[in-house]
Amino acid sequence: MARIGVFVCHCGENIGATVDCAEVAQACGQMPGVVHSIDYKYMCSDPGQNLIKEAIREKRLTGVVVAACSPRMHEPTFRRACAEAGLNPFLCEMTNLREHCSWVHERTPATTAKAIDLVRVLVEKVKRNRPLHPIRVPVTKTALVIGGGIGGIQAALDIANAGHKVVMVEREPSIGGHMAQLSETFPTLDCSQCILTPRMVEVAQHPNITLYTYAELESLEGFIGNFVARIRKKARSIDEKACTGCGLCTQKCPNRKIPSAFNAGLGMRPAIYVPFPQAVPNKPVIDRERCTYFTKGKCRLCEKVCPAGAIRYDQQDEIISVRVGAVVAATGYQVKETDFFPEYGYGRYPDVITGLQFERLASASGPTLGEMKRPSDGRVPETVVFIQCAGSRDPAKGIDYCSKICCMYTAKHAMLYRHKVHHGRAYVFYMDIRAGGKMYEEFVRRAIEEDGVRYIRGRVSRIYERDGRLVVQGADTLLGARPVEIEADMVVLATAMAASPGAEELAQKLKVSYDPYYFLSEAHPKLRPVETATAGIMVAGACQAPKDIPETVAQASGAAAKVVGLFSQDELSREPVVAVVNRTAPPVWSTCVGCFLCEKACPYQAIEREEIRTRDGKLVKTVARVNTGVCQGCGTCVALCRSKSIDLQGYTNEQVYAEVMALA
Amino acid sequence: MKYGLFPGCSLMGSSREYGESLRAIAPSLGIEFQEVPDWNCCGATAAHTLNRKLSLALPARVLALAEAAGLGELVVPCSACFTRLRMTQKELAADESLREQVAAIIEMPCTGSVKILNVLDLLAPLASNGLGAKVVRPFARRVACYYGCYLARPAEIARVDRVEDPQAMDALMRTIGAEPVDWAFKVECCGAGFSVSRTDLVAKLSGRILDDAARRGAEAVIVACPMCHSNLDLRRPAIERHLGRTCRIPVIYITQALGLALGLDREALGLHRHLVPAHFPEGPEVAAAGPAAARKDS
Repeated sequence: MARIGVFVCHCGENIGATVDCAEVAQACGQMPGVVHSIDYKYMCSDPGQNLIKEAIREKRLTGVVVAACSPRMHEPTFRRACAEAGLNPFLCEMTNLREHCSWVHERTPATTAKAIDLVRVLVEKVKRNRPLHPIRVPVTKTALVIGGGIGGIQAALDIANAGHKVVMVEREPSIGGHMAQLSETFPTLDCSQCILTPRMVEVAQHPNITLYTYAELESLEGFIGNFVARIRKKARSIDEKACTGCGLCTQKCPNRKIPSAFNAGLGMRPAIYVPFPQAVPNKPVIDRERCTYFTKGKCRLCEKVCPAGAIRYDQQDEIISVRVGAVVAATGYQVKETDFFPEYGYGRYPDVITGLQFERLASASGPTLGEMKRPSDGRVPETVVFIQCAGSRDPAKGIDYCSKICCMYTAKHAMLYRHKVHHGRAYVFYMDIRAGGKMYEEFVRRAIEEDGVRYIRGRVSRIYERDGRLVVQGADTLLGARPVEIEADMVVLATAMAASPGAEELAQKLKVSYDPYYFLSEAHPKLRPVETATAGIMVAGACQAPKDIPETVAQASGAAAKVVGLFSQDELSREPVVAVVNRTAPPVWSTCVGCFLCEKACPYQAIEREEIRTRDGKLVKTVARVNTGVCQGCGTCVALCRSKSIDLQGYTNEQVYAEVMALA
Repeated sequence: MKYGLFPGCSLMGSSREYGESLRAIAPSLGIEFQEVPDWNCCGATAAHTLNRKLSLALPARVLALAEAAGLGELVVPCSACFTRLRMTQKELAADESLREQVAAIIEMPCTGSVKILNVLDLLAPLASNGLGAKVVRPFARRVACYYGCYLARPAEIARVDRVEDPQAMDALMRTIGAEPVDWAFKVECCGAGFSVSRTDLVAKLSGRILDDAARRGAEAVIVACPMCHSNLDLRRPAIERHLGRTCRIPVIYITQALGLALGLDREALGLHRHLVPAHFPEGPEVAAAGPAAARKDS
């Protein structure tokens, strides 16, 4: 006879304020097979867990149902508690009274009745649970880091320095990411490249790191500890081993009028190019869409001038397959496009630029070598207007969220401008100044008080050109919404931070969930900020949410710590929720008829063929067998099996039907 | 295609030419209008600043009458009327008890089934659908398309493609051979009802609009709102005093520009009624609706 214990948690007010937990416990105590039923304020706390452990011992329970929050949250907690009391952990199940009941309903008797039904279902299931044992799997102690910006660099170096192998994949021809484009960094104004480039070199030279630039993740199969990543190494059109990085080809290339992405479109580059002089690796790549030879069939000048004979026009993309145990996604962000506020005239007026373009103007390695010259005519701008929240915090037209870094970089921009143009006037239009961070508020005050940047609280409604100047119309809401009109020579838009292009495809390849803005979702917003809900896949940096450099680096080190923790074990145990093909006594051996529909249906290629032979080696029949290391427990084969010979451990047909019947 | 028409007060008075030109171009565009019987004032600004229920009941009565007359789509040329009607429809749809109260006031049911269109909603689909082929005398002018407030805002009422930079009128103008200028004031306020009480403010606001249009080389400002037209045209002496110079750029309705391109007579379009003379020396006529014109359209 089943002896089930039911434990109803109030989750503080989360469940207790809506569901009458005492009544649920009382009602569950009456259910057939339930021998113990209680409620408690915080079942996940130490005293709460002790209640479960004591009941298992004293009442000799054969199954436990915890009616609390999501099993995603606390199933491991309660299963561990059961195991400590000597009960097989797979005899413990959770009913989600919080997300499935209290959070989505009002406090009514019907809500409590629903809670009781939800428990009833699970009681019927647990009566039919069988003890299961975790599956042990080996760990491949190599990490895949996707993205070579500061987040990816930090994670890769931390993992590599802990003694593990790292494979880094970067989409662009060089690592460095957006940080390599920045002029100086807040709040210390230290040079971005000066602190970044040594790290880039360290990545390239580290014996534990294999770097693939100009490469993208093609696919990722497998599971924690045992992934297989296929990497597409795009054809660079040069032999990287032969190339010495002398740069002669890039100097001689006749096709030089291609907007440089590194300079945010403010400078030009040739068709064979190195994104920037400090690139790692410092090896060029041919832009096949722009190269005269690839588009018109003539030129080959780079081949003629290359002293190393390293040009390879016929190079093909290469697919590299690597086995990895963990993945860190650090794919960063992009600057959101500005088309949704035509009133600011970006794209129409060359002197209306984005924050990233300003970084290039202010950078010593930029198109003006750090001199403050406006794009249209190269004149030094006498008046510059900076507009914060150009897209962020704008549910009507832009995006709802705060891009977080703009208050700080705008203060920095205005400060850098005033340092470079002493007689210049800098105005900042802002909604609020969000300067939370170590030395951040002080930095903004310095811009206002020491560097004379004029902050105007209000929005800009329109920018238009009049007699060669940009007329900025706005309002000063601290002076009773008084209209303000400023004639500026240049306007800098603090455009929003958006997920990098291809973030959605990447998330789908990694099987990681993402939010409506395509930022990758962490496993828990507070307590598991660097892991994803998919075991073995971590996130670092702005691919998860807008972040500045210090936060990105901190999260990357956190992700690396999780990877290193994972790699500290030789074996992992995973849940035994896998499909099994039944076996019966001879002469049937198995009800499987060997149709192998399951083989075609399985999305993970987990179905194998097994020959059943008699003792003297005579073949009786060929049946399906599930490779438990590969099976993900999706249940597709169970649904398709015509002879009902496959069942999912932990979710058998018998168990699921019992759950449904409990509601009848 | 048959549409209901709610002319509103302006089209009977200060903007007669808007109604005249709209009715004049209708036959060649295959449009037939049926005026809402026994219509009343929409309440305009006055009603909704004084009494909420009055401000809903007046437009609701017009909508109910249109519904009773079996008019599925109702064209409302005045953008103030248009906004009041759509706003009323939206508010009544969201609040059942309010709908019942208003129905009791107007003593008629108002289900909100009528689709309300402004002139741009009516004409915009034509830009990509056969209008080009009907052009006999391309309106080859540089024009400033002026939408004003109500054709673009509030966003949830006007429902235009780009609130700060609408394109529907620009596309129509291109179709009839005009060249819309890129300018900064297409959705700025003209001063609206302050025309009477604060003419000085209207002179300033409308002055900025005309000044920018003229600076960008526009030969005409195109409007689709009686209030905007009245401010930019009727208030021209005050505007010129404010600007300190003469400013003679004509302001015409979109329906008048279309009418000229369709080869209609000036007087039929009411072009002689403007205070700032609107003369457009005629260009050469092209073959009407011929294959050449059709190709030009595509």
